[in-house]
Amino acid sequence: MNEPMPIPAQVTLPWWWALLLPLVLIAAAWAVTAFDAVVTARTTGRRGGFAVPAREVARLLVGQRRRTVAADPVLWRAGSAVLPVAAVLAAVVIPLGARPVADLGIGVVWFNAVEVLAWAAVWMAGWGPNSVLSLVGGYRFVAQGLAYELPHMFAIITAALGAQSLRVTDIVAAQHDLWFVLLMPVAFVVFLISTAAMAFWGPFDAPVAADLAGGAAAELSGADRLLFSGGRWMLLTTAAAMAVPLFLGGGAGPLLPEWAWVVVKTAAVLAVMVWARRRVPRIRMDRWTEISWMVLVPLTLAQALVVSIVVLAQGGL
Amino acid sequence: MTVAFWVLAAAAVVFGFGVFRLNSMAQVTFSLLASFVAVAGLVLLLGLSYLGVVIVLMMVIEMVIMAVFMIMYMMNPAGLMPMAMYHNKPGAMAISVGTFVLLATGILLVDWPRRTGAPAPDLTFALGRSLMGEQMLTMMTLGITLFATIVASVVLATGRGRYDRLGDDLDAPRADDPLGGGVGR
Repeated sequence: MNEPMPIPAQVTLPWWWALLLPLVLIAAAWAVTAFDAVVTARTTGRRGGFAVPAREVARLLVGQRRRTVAADPVLWRAGSAVLPVAAVLAAVVIPLGARPVADLGIGVVWFNAVEVLAWAAVWMAGWGPNSVLSLVGGYRFVAQGLAYELPHMFAIITAALGAQSLRVTDIVAAQHDLWFVLLMPVAFVVFLISTAAMAFWGPFDAPVAADLAGGAAAELSGADRLLFSGGRWMLLTTAAAMAVPLFLGGGAGPLLPEWAWVVVKTAAVLAVMVWARRRVPRIRMDRWTEISWMVLVPLTLAQALVVSIVVLAQGGL
Repeated sequence: MTVAFWVLAAAAVVFGFGVFRLNSMAQVTFSLLASFVAVAGLVLLLGLSYLGVVIVLMMVIEMVIMAVFMIMYMMNPAGLMPMAMYHNKPGAMAISVGTFVLLATGILLVDWPRRTGAPAPDLTFALGRSLMGEQMLTMMTLGITLFATIVASVVLATGRGRYDRLGDDLDAPRADDPLGGGVGR
């Protein structure tokens, strides 16, 4: 049996970062939730909001588990649990500063494969309780998934194409002279849009919308609800953090150390997404499918073509 | 390595068997998915990281879509009632167990050749070279055939095509849709 390729020690973070990563991600998601709650409080003319995440976590932890008739408990619980796990697994390839927890040679494919677990998670959470509204929510997310996934993959692969590598640290290194957000602005915008759809966030939150009384999350309560909504925040944070190495030059920047730039840039991306959710009305997934396939797929393909020509002109491969 | 192999191998077989034992269509689908993910782990153990991860990516998408279609088309309303996942139980059992035994004896009895070459330094790159180099013509033909099949099936299956939406000459100013929206054509 052949050994996997040796990874140079200085490229990855020490092994104990693997244990720390979930905590870092939870802390980041916590901060985003608090920020969102503060913004919500201000728009309704109230003060505060910082304590909302803590209060919610405490409330959900002591909450009773809801029971429904003829539920499918295995899939139901699994659906909630898979979301945070997927977020943490996706985060292992993101450089936290100069180095990621695991510098996989196929980093972007790994990221994509793991975040797709959200499809299964939301559908299972919608299916599990044997309730109409949550089932509709689960199906909504699958429809939305079909809409966002193609442009999303093309956007990610365009960044890999620009660096001629699937390794995330190589993609960061390739942006030494020019950030990919300038070389491939369309791919960047499409990445942000499809990321919001992947985390059923912002204008794409129809799968858990109020018109379905909470959709896929309608019957979730207690610890299950905490895992589901916490996992969703973590997924959003991870995906936003991935925009930094893919398009925003990773940890590059003056004065501050690399990890600080990663934090600053991730926070900026998340601020845009929090802002967009309040500015853009919710879009139905069937409309979105048409826009996505008729407009975004050709745009991302054209973007990939332009980047390929640039790479070839620079003498790549 | 060895422990991981046996754990993944056992998981693949157990979840695969679950496909026949479970009585809910949704659980069956995700049992099959779990089996495939275990197989993807085995592929990763072989050092084929790209193939392994792509198996996970494709199988998750595929199984979720398959769950939707299975539940949609099965005779049992919405797949919500418990149902047996097998037809012709003795025959199917005989065929699957027979195939398994045949393959397993084959694997154990064949005198496998010793390895002569060395693996390429970057297996993903070597795979890409192989697919896009010597096998380019095959892959292109295959790709276009698959794509044509997809387009043809969509055309055959679609209930309302562009002529229904935009008129016989495709010159209607607005699409005649039951629900408006999208790009508004």
